Amino acid sequence: METPGFIQNLRERDGEEESRNPKKGTDPFWVIVQKEMGDHITSWRYIILLGIIALTCLASLYTASQTIRDAIDQANDKSSLEGLFLFLKLFTLSGDSGLPSFVWFVTFLGPLLGIALGFDAINSERSKGTLSRMMSQPVPRDYVINAKFVAALAVISVLFFALGFLVMGFGIYIYGIPPSFESFLRVIFFIVLTIIYVAFWLNLSILFSVRFRQAATSALSSIAVWLFFTVFYQMLIRLVAQATAPGQQSGQTVNALMNHQHFIFFLGRLSPSQLFNDGTLTLLTPSVRSLGPLMRQQVVGAIPSPLPLGQSLLLVWPQVTGLIAATVICFGISYLLFMRQEIRSRS
Amino acid sequence: MAESIISMENLTKQYDETTAVDHLNLEIERGEIFGLLGPNGAGKSTTILMMLGLTEPTSGSVAVCGIDSTRKPIEVKKRVGYLPDDVGFYEDLSGLDNLLYTAHLNRIPKREALERAQSLLKRVGLSESGEKKAGKYSRGMRQRLGLADVLIKNPEVIILDEPTLGIDPEGVREFLDLIQRLSRDEGITVLLSSHHLHQVQQVCDRVGLFVHGRLLAKGDVHTLANQLFADRPIVITVKAPNLSDECIERLNQINDVIKITQEGEALSIEAGHDITGEVAKTVIETEGTLKYVNKRDYGLDEIYHQYFEGGEARGDTRLHSES
Repeated sequence: METPGFIQNLRERDGEEESRNPKKGTDPFWVIVQKEMGDHITSWRYIILLGIIALTCLASLYTASQTIRDAIDQANDKSSLEGLFLFLKLFTLSGDSGLPSFVWFVTFLGPLLGIALGFDAINSERSKGTLSRMMSQPVPRDYVINAKFVAALAVISVLFFALGFLVMGFGIYIYGIPPSFESFLRVIFFIVLTIIYVAFWLNLSILFSVRFRQAATSALSSIAVWLFFTVFYQMLIRLVAQATAPGQQSGQTVNALMNHQHFIFFLGRLSPSQLFNDGTLTLLTPSVRSLGPLMRQQVVGAIPSPLPLGQSLLLVWPQVTGLIAATVICFGISYLLFMRQEIRSRS
Repeated sequence: MAESIISMENLTKQYDETTAVDHLNLEIERGEIFGLLGPNGAGKSTTILMMLGLTEPTSGSVAVCGIDSTRKPIEVKKRVGYLPDDVGFYEDLSGLDNLLYTAHLNRIPKREALERAQSLLKRVGLSESGEKKAGKYSRGMRQRLGLADVLIKNPEVIILDEPTLGIDPEGVREFLDLIQRLSRDEGITVLLSSHHLHQVQQVCDRVGLFVHGRLLAKGDVHTLANQLFADRPIVITVKAPNLSDECIERLNQINDVIKITQEGEALSIEAGHDITGEVAKTVIETEGTLKYVNKRDYGLDEIYHQYFEGGEARGDTRLHSES
């Protein structure tokens, strides 16, 4: 069994190979990405969330399609169907049975998916003692956190693109007509927006996973933030709006009212879910022309038709930028924290 | 031949108020097995982390294979295998897959990685369990898998942090044996840290005694004792029920005797050199019934008591519970 000099033999062979082919093997970065993706796809929490998302979305699709079918039957002029943006309605319409829309489900469950993929990214490796083992390999430290982000992002992207295309296929099956190119593009942009939104939650949970040593703490913190923004933040804003509303009697100018309205909108847009909602609304409902208050004189002379895609994109550009910025900030902080942390075994 | 492969100069690491490592100077030669010995919290792990560039020294420098660990940690980690204490594996992957992952992180091509992983598993005696999930491994098996994991990159130096912690005595013996053979056969330099003196003594060529961030002494265990206890008297304990006053008087006259204390039927005699024979002879000649003679050597146990028992309180209880 024992072969003395076994490793020396290997080393000599290595030497030969190295001289022939200095860059061998896959880059460690992609090795980590591959492994992380494999871990995600086979992990129970991913499978469970995937199941929930797929089921709820398909259910909401089904009811939406029923509603739309009724609308089609009622419409007399079949040629104007494309003007109704039926494909987009498939995403935004909620059914009569009280089941929320596809978009609502994605808004609600997307963050959970992001949190599920990120909350134990670093701290579980740390507590299992694998982080110090990985760090003792010739791998730059930032590879670990970058690769984890890229892997989770890839998994999320694949999931949402698959889901989006599934819905489109479903639409073609129901209506028997393909979507217009513009509708198709709008859906693609919607999917990209969704991925950015989920990436934000992913990064937030990665940040917590770097900061907190316990996976449970980081999961709970992420979920707390998520709950705060989806439930309580709206209430808070309403409260602030009421408290700061300009009084009726004191002869308020329109300007004061507008300022107040802008202030409330500004507060609302500090929440990433609000940014995402604004974005999806604009992208999937082409008739939306503004996300803020409009003065009557601004609307005068406007043609009451849906906006072209370019204009819709222009409208959501600030929202998208805001989301990306929030994502990048979270990632930046976790990157910095991780690079400065000392890695000891299991502590 | 005495080419140094790890060298530290005035290495210091400061954490807030405490100094974990205090101006450490140490050279480790190629091919030797060096034992870093010290109680828990002495700064052994911190020193190792600095060697690998996993943490930055506050001042001073450390070089491994002639490469600065702080500036070029990646280059160092290509040549150094590190087994952290209480090593962890991906529990839902098999032992073999865990090894392959490490191999791939080291840019070893797939086929070669598989070959190497399998032969290493055989070498550490895990070829039967290679397909088993690492989560099901026992402590000793994990440690051996850890050794295979360290060796898969063909290191020049391997650093083992508390490698024998939590393994049963037979497992420890096999593990240390494996390390010793590796070092001899492959010419790998081994640095192992431990607080088990007796284990370290079994395999190490040289030992460094490390307490409170300082290296108190280094050398083989014998030199270590001499360095630390050079000016200590030798203590001889004698037990005899019927010691006469004459006997004690005669004992007092023996050359180099420093002090004699009597406690019931036991005598303890401090002397400048080894006078055990003369003491025994005197007792018998004065018709004492000699029951017991013992020369206390300042060996490992004394080193242990002197430096470890006074160490960190938590470390002490651990030492006791494990022994």
